[in-house]
Amino acid sequence: MPDFSLACPAPAPERERVLMAHGGGGRLMRELIEQIFVPQLRPEHETDAATLTLGSRRLAFTTDSFVVSPPFFPGGDIGSLAVHGTVNDLAMMGAEPLALSAAFILEEGLRLDVLRRVAASMAEAARRAGVRIVTGDTKVVERGRADQLYITTAGIGALIHDGELAPWRVAEGDEIVLSGDIGRHGIAVMSAREGLSFDPPILSDSAPVHREALALLRHGVRVHCMRDLTRGGLASAVIEIARAGRVDVELDESRIPVREEVRAACELLGFDPLYVANEGRFAAFVAAGDGQRAAALLPGGAVIGNVSAPGGGTVTLRSAFGTGRVLDLLSGEQLPRIC
Amino acid sequence: MKHLDEYRDAARVRALAAELQRAAARPWRLMEICGGQTHAILRFGLDQLVPPGLELVHGPGCPVCVTPLELIDKAIELALRPGVVLASFGDMLRVPGSKTDLLSARARGARVAPVYSPLDAVRLAEGRPGEQVVFFAVGFETTVPGVALALRQARQRNVRNFSILSAHVLVPPALRAILGAPDNRIQGVLAAGHVCTVEGYEDYEPIARQYGVPIVVTGFEPADLLLGMLMCVRQLEAGRAEVENQYSRAVRREGNPAARALVREIFEPVDRRWRGIGMIPRSGLKLRPEWADFDAELRFELATGHVEESDVCISGLVLQGAKRPTECPAFACECTPEHPLGAPMVSGEGACAAYYRYGRKHA
Repeated sequence: MPDFSLACPAPAPERERVLMAHGGGGRLMRELIEQIFVPQLRPEHETDAATLTLGSRRLAFTTDSFVVSPPFFPGGDIGSLAVHGTVNDLAMMGAEPLALSAAFILEEGLRLDVLRRVAASMAEAARRAGVRIVTGDTKVVERGRADQLYITTAGIGALIHDGELAPWRVAEGDEIVLSGDIGRHGIAVMSAREGLSFDPPILSDSAPVHREALALLRHGVRVHCMRDLTRGGLASAVIEIARAGRVDVELDESRIPVREEVRAACELLGFDPLYVANEGRFAAFVAAGDGQRAAALLPGGAVIGNVSAPGGGTVTLRSAFGTGRVLDLLSGEQLPRIC
Repeated sequence: MKHLDEYRDAARVRALAAELQRAAARPWRLMEICGGQTHAILRFGLDQLVPPGLELVHGPGCPVCVTPLELIDKAIELALRPGVVLASFGDMLRVPGSKTDLLSARARGARVAPVYSPLDAVRLAEGRPGEQVVFFAVGFETTVPGVALALRQARQRNVRNFSILSAHVLVPPALRAILGAPDNRIQGVLAAGHVCTVEGYEDYEPIARQYGVPIVVTGFEPADLLLGMLMCVRQLEAGRAEVENQYSRAVRREGNPAARALVREIFEPVDRRWRGIGMIPRSGLKLRPEWADFDAELRFELATGHVEESDVCISGLVLQGAKRPTECPAFACECTPEHPLGAPMVSGEGACAAYYRYGRKHA
């Protein structure tokens, strides 16, 4: 046997610059928030939106930026996405969205017809969602300093309940309800970005979810926490809630709806649909016994698991074979694999 | 989904697991060669379904993990050069070289383009005639035909600004190295189905005979893997050591003759160092002299720097199936996917990453 050395080279990990994975919604983004933003900015909450009390009114306030590339993808575009993302962040706090702001960073050379399409799409999305875009801002940067256009939105909404929806309210026995099939947005954007075409095309799930989410509260479902499933997908959202709420969670893989074409695309690309981004889906942690009623109020809704015990935030996925595996935050971006 | 659901059918999987429990009268130690199989075993929890005495160890079957540091350093050096774009499969981008990885290099200004296919890299070169596009060609027998096709296309279209940095490796020489080691503990082998779709399994037959070890060509779905284990265990219980094909829906004994011919036209075997393992004779592929004008190592003068070795990481032992990732003192403490000490913790096919992602419980 020739020269079988057993050592492994140790690299010095680079930690001094932002990597793309810092924006991926996984573990590195968590590090960035916990190590840089929280100590400096000291936010009161780490939820999708803050709650504020102004006189007798309780409001939710949020902000979000959209850098999706390309700006148009099957089933949506950056304009409608910017409206949906912010409306959904407000809805997850149990707030009726009232008004949005929109700030644009435009790259020199951007075609005006692109901007017109995006603006028209934003207006249509806001009309459908029943919110107004009441203020905005525009900046232009030199060619090469941005990728066509970026949109930052902020939103304000009126809370429709007296309580608080937050991970600390999640308790043993809570049922976890998913609002529909997962993974379509991430695959739609990926297919547009990489020029992959699926037949039939996979359309983004981008949509406002506030009507469904608020319907749960209005029908008396005892909602403890809600989270829309954006970057990092279903798995990341549930893991974050479980950790923040100090509970252990069990999910039933066979109950999680994934369309066949999404599953096939994920197999092809080496992605796990549980971690693929969505823009029109949310998970609700509801009190024991309320799961089925909540699922029935959501088109495509399904009870996909429950809070098994107080704990350290372990999320276990049960397979149809009776085996279990622990879900963890992604360590970086999901990248296309070799084989 | 046809060809997928039937191999993930719960009743079938449970029946195969029960059959395996009955078949394994004694403890046996099997190696799954391919990192994709390791991930599937842990992702689907198949390790929880096999008999307690059946030990599954993973082999060196992650091409990213075994790519030597020097080659990764060369790729990073190329990516940092003005006028050069380095294209590679996504898996390769996070794997650390001796100082940094390609994604971190990109954050410092290196030109790195993830691609899905070597043909995408040729198209990239066509679209950037003023720049040099180097494809970091990593992979086992599975990916080589695609690279060969890309090279042929580049020559036909006279794409002069395209070249490859070849890190291709071959399975049979590595298997010989492992089974022939004096302290070998592996009693049966699950060979990687997709590798055999290209090269067939004729080359495995003398290996099974020489080392007295059954080899079963196995697919990647739960039912495939359990059936592969069952076929292997039945051979062991009966005292046989033959090559059998569980993955007959995709693999023929002779493989894919057209793909093999194309590969042999363009590549030839070369001695290659495997990261964490060492030099294995004729286990790599390099371009034949007639194709040397596409060889990035010849086109660019690349420095070979000093390589630092870790005294903590045991990935060499992990890649040979001598140790499990969880036996490493650094596993999940000093070594995590965010702060990897070795490639198996960071690659999409890596054994340590599989144990970390699917097996680790939180405190």
